[in-house]
Amino acid sequence: MTTETIDQPAAPATVPAASQLLLADAVSKIYESGTFRKSYTHALDTVTLSVPAEPPTITAIAGESGSGKTTLARTILGLVRPTAGRVLYRGEDIAMMNRRSHERFRREVQVVFQDPFESYNPFYKVDHVLRTPIRRYKLAQSRDEAQEIVLNALRTVGLRPDETLGRYPHQLSGGQRQRVMVARAVMLEPKIIVADEPVSMVDASLRATILETLREMNEQLGISVLYITHDLTTAYQLAENIIIMYQGRVAEAGSVDEVINSPTHPYTQQLVDSIPHPDPDTQWGTGGETTFSPDIATTGCNFYDRCPNAMEHCRTTSPPMFRNGANRVSRCYLHDDHDEFTDKDLRAVFAG
Amino acid sequence: MTTQEQIDPADTEPANGDVPLCVQGLKVYYHTRRGPVKAVDGVSFEVAKGERLGLVGESGSGKSTIALALMRAHKPPAKIEAGKILLNGSDMLEDDEDTTRFRRLSEVAMVPQGALNSLNPVMRIRDQIIDGLKDHQIRLSKTEFNEKVASLLASVGLPAETSNRFPHELSGGMKQRVAIAIAISMNPSLIIADEPTSALDVVVQKQVVQTLKEVQQRIGAAAIMIGHDMGLMAQFASRIGIMYGGKIVEIGSARSVLKDPKHPYSKMLISSLPDTRSKRKLLSIPGLPPSLLNPPPGCVFHPRCTEAMDICKREIPAEQLLSEARLGACHLYNEAGANSESANGEGANGESANGTAS
Repeated sequence: MTTETIDQPAAPATVPAASQLLLADAVSKIYESGTFRKSYTHALDTVTLSVPAEPPTITAIAGESGSGKTTLARTILGLVRPTAGRVLYRGEDIAMMNRRSHERFRREVQVVFQDPFESYNPFYKVDHVLRTPIRRYKLAQSRDEAQEIVLNALRTVGLRPDETLGRYPHQLSGGQRQRVMVARAVMLEPKIIVADEPVSMVDASLRATILETLREMNEQLGISVLYITHDLTTAYQLAENIIIMYQGRVAEAGSVDEVINSPTHPYTQQLVDSIPHPDPDTQWGTGGETTFSPDIATTGCNFYDRCPNAMEHCRTTSPPMFRNGANRVSRCYLHDDHDEFTDKDLRAVFAG
Repeated sequence: MTTQEQIDPADTEPANGDVPLCVQGLKVYYHTRRGPVKAVDGVSFEVAKGERLGLVGESGSGKSTIALALMRAHKPPAKIEAGKILLNGSDMLEDDEDTTRFRRLSEVAMVPQGALNSLNPVMRIRDQIIDGLKDHQIRLSKTEFNEKVASLLASVGLPAETSNRFPHELSGGMKQRVAIAIAISMNPSLIIADEPTSALDVVVQKQVVQTLKEVQQRIGAAAIMIGHDMGLMAQFASRIGIMYGGKIVEIGSARSVLKDPKHPYSKMLISSLPDTRSKRKLLSIPGLPPSLLNPPPGCVFHPRCTEAMDICKREIPAEQLLSEARLGACHLYNEAGANSESANGEGANGESANGTAS
C-alpha cells in the first residue's frame, strides 16, 4: 500500500526515465460517504501500471461498472487524486509538478471521453473545439497555420473538413463527433491517449472507424493508447494487452491472447463466457450462473460471493497475483502453484 | 412501389391463429415543423407462436418506434399513417382506448429498456405486480395474490422475499427480472422487449436474456426483441429482421441472416462486428445514416452502398422472397435474375445468388 517499495525504481524527480513515460505507482482511491457513520469504497486498490516511451502500446483496461477502470483512467489523467500511491509522468509526480511540466503533461496525455454529446458545448460550432487548444498551447503563429493544423487533424482521423467545419455538434453523427474528439487530441501530438469507452455510444457501423483510427494513431504516429472498455471483443481486436478489473482490484492481466482466449480467473471466465457472439453456432455456455449473496462479509477475495470455485481460505485471505503464464498474472488461489507476482508493474508480464 | 405489394400473398396473410402478430404496411411518421420524419416507412412482418424475432438496427432506423406503435404507446408528434397491426387476428389500430388498455398486458406486454425507470420507486414489488392484474379485473384473495406473485418471481429466478422490497433495494438485473415477471403476469401472446439489457453488465445481461427466453418458451408467447447488438440477437432470436432508414431491408432465420446475409447493408454490418476468435482489420460502413426527414430517393441505402447501381437512385427496391421465409429488398436480386419480373440489364451482375440458401 505504501509507495516506498517500488520495484521499477522511479527515476529521480527531475531526470526523465527513458524507458518509462508514465507510471501509475500503486495507486488507490477510497471514496468516503456518510456523515456520522462513514462507509468507505475502495474504487481502486493498489494498481501499478506503466506506459513505456518506446514502443507505443495499446493496453485495454476492462471490467464491469464499478470495477474501477474509469477511476484508474481519471487518476492517470490527474482528474482524481489518489488516496495512496502516485502517478509519475516522465519521472515527475503529476500532483507536484511545476507549471511547465504540468503544461507538458496536459498536452502529451490526452483523453477521449465516452459521451460524444457531453464533450461539446452545443452553442459553439465544432471549429471551436479544434481552435481552442491551438490558442491555448500556441500551436500556430498565424490564422492560416491554425487552419492548416485543423484540416490536417481532421484528415488524419478520416473526416472531410467541408462536412465537419462550420457545423454545430448536433449536426454531426455520434461517430463524427467522436472522431472530432480524436482529431482534437491528435492535434496536440500527444504521447498517450486515454480513451474511456470511446465507442460505447456509437452505432456498430461507425464503431469500427473509431477503433481503426485509434489503431492508426498508434501505428503511424507512435501514440500509446489506454483503452478503457467493458467490451472484451473490441478490446481483443484493438489491444495487445489487457487488464481485467473487479471491484477496484486487478483480477487478471496479460496479453489478450492469453487472457481472453484462455481465461484463468473465475471472473474473467464468467465475462468471456457472457460475450454474446454474433453466431448462432456459438451459443452462450450454461455455466456461470451464480447466486448473488452480497451480504457475506469477507476480508478475503472480493470475488468470493460470486465465485463458483470459492474455497474456504478465499473468504479470509485476499489472494495475491500469481504468474500463471508467460504473459499473464491471475489473482486467484486456484493458481497458487505458480510463483507469486512480486514485480508490481503489470507491464512486466505484458506481451510485445 | 410500396414494399408490401409485390410479396407473395401467401407469405403475409396470417395463416391461422398460430400467428399472434401480423404487421402490414406500417408507417409511423413524426410530424415536425420541417415536415414528416418517416421513422417507420412501410414495414410488414409477422411473428408466429413461440417464435422470437429480433429487430436489429442502428439509432434512427425506426426499431424503437415500431415497439411503441405495437403497444400503441406512441405519442404525438408520432402518428400511425398507414398499415395494420393484427394482434390475434384483430387490428389494434381500430381499437378504442379502453380496449387498447385492456389488451396491453393481457395480450401484448412490454419489457422496457430501463426497468430502473419503469418501476414505481415508492411501491413494493408485490404491489406493482398485483397492480396490473387488478387493473384487468382479476379478483383474488390476498393469499392467492401472494402465491401468484411468488410463482411469478420464482419463474424469473427471484426469491419470494423480493416481493416485499422496493425497487431501489434491487440490483439492475433483479429489476429487469421484475419487469419480465410483470410482463408475463397475464400470459400475453406477444412479448416486446426494447433493448432490455442496455444498461446491464455482460454477465447480468446474459442471465436476463436467458430468463426472458425461458419464460417466453414456457408460456409459448411470440416475442420481439428490439436492439442494436447483433451478438445478443444471435443468442436470443430465432428470426432476425435488419432495419435501415425506417424499413426492414432483410428478414429471415437467425442462422441464414447471420451466416449468409443477402442485403449489402446486412453484409457490411455483419462483417463490421468484432469477435474474439481472429484479429483482423475492422471494417466499417462508409457514409452516414440517412436523414429520415429528407430520405434519399430510390433505395434508402444507396448513398452508402458499394454495390449501388443506377436503378438504386431512382426506384425503391421491392421486398421479395429470396428463399423459404427469407425476404429482402434490394435491386441486386433482380440483377441476378432469379426472382425478377423486370431485370434491368445494366450494371454489374450481382454475385448474390438467391433462392439457394437454406
